[in-house]
Amino acid sequence: MSNVLIYAEHAHGKLPKATAVAVTAAKKLSAVAGGQAILAVLGAGVGEVAQAAATLGADKVVVVDNPLLGYHLADITAAALAATAEATGSDTIVFAATSKGRDIAPRLAAMLDGSIASDIVEVNADGTLVRPMWAGSVLATVELTAAKKIVSVRSTAFDAASGPAAPIENLSVTIAAPAKAMKFISLEETKSDRPVLTEAARVVAGGRGLKSAEGFKTVLEPLCDALGAAMGASRAAVDAGYVPNDLQVGQTGKVVAPTLYIAVGISGAIQHLAGMKDSKVIVAINKDAEAPVFQVADFGLVADLFQAVPELTTKIKALAN
Amino acid sequence: MKILVTVKRVPDPESSIKVSPDGSGIVESGLKWVVNPFDEIAIEEALRIKEAQGGVEVVVVSVGVGESQEQLRTGLAMGADRAILVKADKPDTCAVAKILAKIVEKEQPTLVLLGKQAIDDDSNEVGQMLAHMLGWPQATFISKLTFSADKNSVEAVREVDGGTETIGFALPAIITADLRLNEPRYASLPGIMKARKKPMEEIDAASLGADLTPRIRIKKLAPPPPRSAGRKVESVDELISALQTEAKVM
Repeated sequence: MSNVLIYAEHAHGKLPKATAVAVTAAKKLSAVAGGQAILAVLGAGVGEVAQAAATLGADKVVVVDNPLLGYHLADITAAALAATAEATGSDTIVFAATSKGRDIAPRLAAMLDGSIASDIVEVNADGTLVRPMWAGSVLATVELTAAKKIVSVRSTAFDAASGPAAPIENLSVTIAAPAKAMKFISLEETKSDRPVLTEAARVVAGGRGLKSAEGFKTVLEPLCDALGAAMGASRAAVDAGYVPNDLQVGQTGKVVAPTLYIAVGISGAIQHLAGMKDSKVIVAINKDAEAPVFQVADFGLVADLFQAVPELTTKIKALAN
Repeated sequence: MKILVTVKRVPDPESSIKVSPDGSGIVESGLKWVVNPFDEIAIEEALRIKEAQGGVEVVVVSVGVGESQEQLRTGLAMGADRAILVKADKPDTCAVAKILAKIVEKEQPTLVLLGKQAIDDDSNEVGQMLAHMLGWPQATFISKLTFSADKNSVEAVREVDGGTETIGFALPAIITADLRLNEPRYASLPGIMKARKKPMEEIDAASLGADLTPRIRIKKLAPPPPRSAGRKVESVDELISALQTEAKVM
């Protein structure tokens, strides 16, 4: 029997949905291992976060409050998690497959000389895991063979867990501070009143068809606002400098699965489809009738986006009134 | 200064990947092989550092099959100075990191640049693992790298969820490249000619004394469930009506 530890990501006193999703996968893993799913809240002054973490469906919350953990850089956080896993009898450590999770998890795997599976989408009853490869063209069933197992979880692949308030335990662990430390300098957060891309129920994404940053601003943004949708983009649009990289949907960007995904001026390269094909309803608007995006779209409109999108925006606004 | 850059041989990102009938691998016949696109960005960054600072040697290293020579030649044609091919049979990410740690011990680079992920296994793990094995700082998913005046430390801008993060540290260090770091150059014809004469060392992974025991076993590969195409609508009005009455998402 061994426990499963989940790394609780948090910012501004809040936990992202991706952590609640990781708890669901962790509970499947703990059912296989016959132990508890324990959520680890690391930080400096994280009492409020711990309270929120307690309702995410884990069996227990452990809090490591330490001034060294004010900002979660990979080196110190991996060291703190290794100590926390040891103290809680956890042989499996679970992360959300976010930029933070994917930064820290492999470092921890090396630290524990363990096995790692990144970005998993399923936990089987026999403990094997399923993860996409080749931009989602292949699903691999994998077995982790080392004693310590590290897993990161795709945030669209499981439902978010929740539950009655779990007990909170303060844990004091000795953290081996790295000799050649990384230093935090600054964080530039993208300011937006729109929903978070990876959590939004509706996503409107633009591609190179929008032709410029101006195109995103004047054509796509009004549709996002009319629908209350998050804005996304193809790699081609990011590459061309129209929008920042944190809007990128696809194999090398974010994976989303909203109720409604509208792809505007996106041809539908394999690497983009990898990030959105699990959306419930997909709409594609593109002037090229042969664009591959139409092969995954529930509803395809072959049209000039510069006419169709403003018309769609106006008509959706009229419906709302 | 010496910079080590990793180069992985992967199928062209535009390839259509099919699982072999027995589920043990992918169908490789007819595939075109290229340098992992993120590794190309890493090579470009190393070359820019070399051009800006002078006195820099850029060494490209690949771990894998013998044919990876082709991808190393591409790196040399872009402007790298020499290449190392470590022959290994389907190593997992952990084995690759352990092999690279041995190469780093031997070569003593100041900087190791890697692509943030390989577009075949999509693991995004090797750089972070290598950083721990060497006890070095890491900056993953970077879009900008700046050296201090004395060249002994760097600041890196990282692409993170919800924005960008800047971190800094003393060298040596591990850096993994994200999309916006730079636009990789094409190899020029003279570059390709010169590359033929540049040194390429071949090493057998087993000779390095690293523990190559697999930590992950692939039991089966399968295609994902297909998503069936829907239908075309003729107008914006028909689209809105379909979303309201058929899909019921509006």
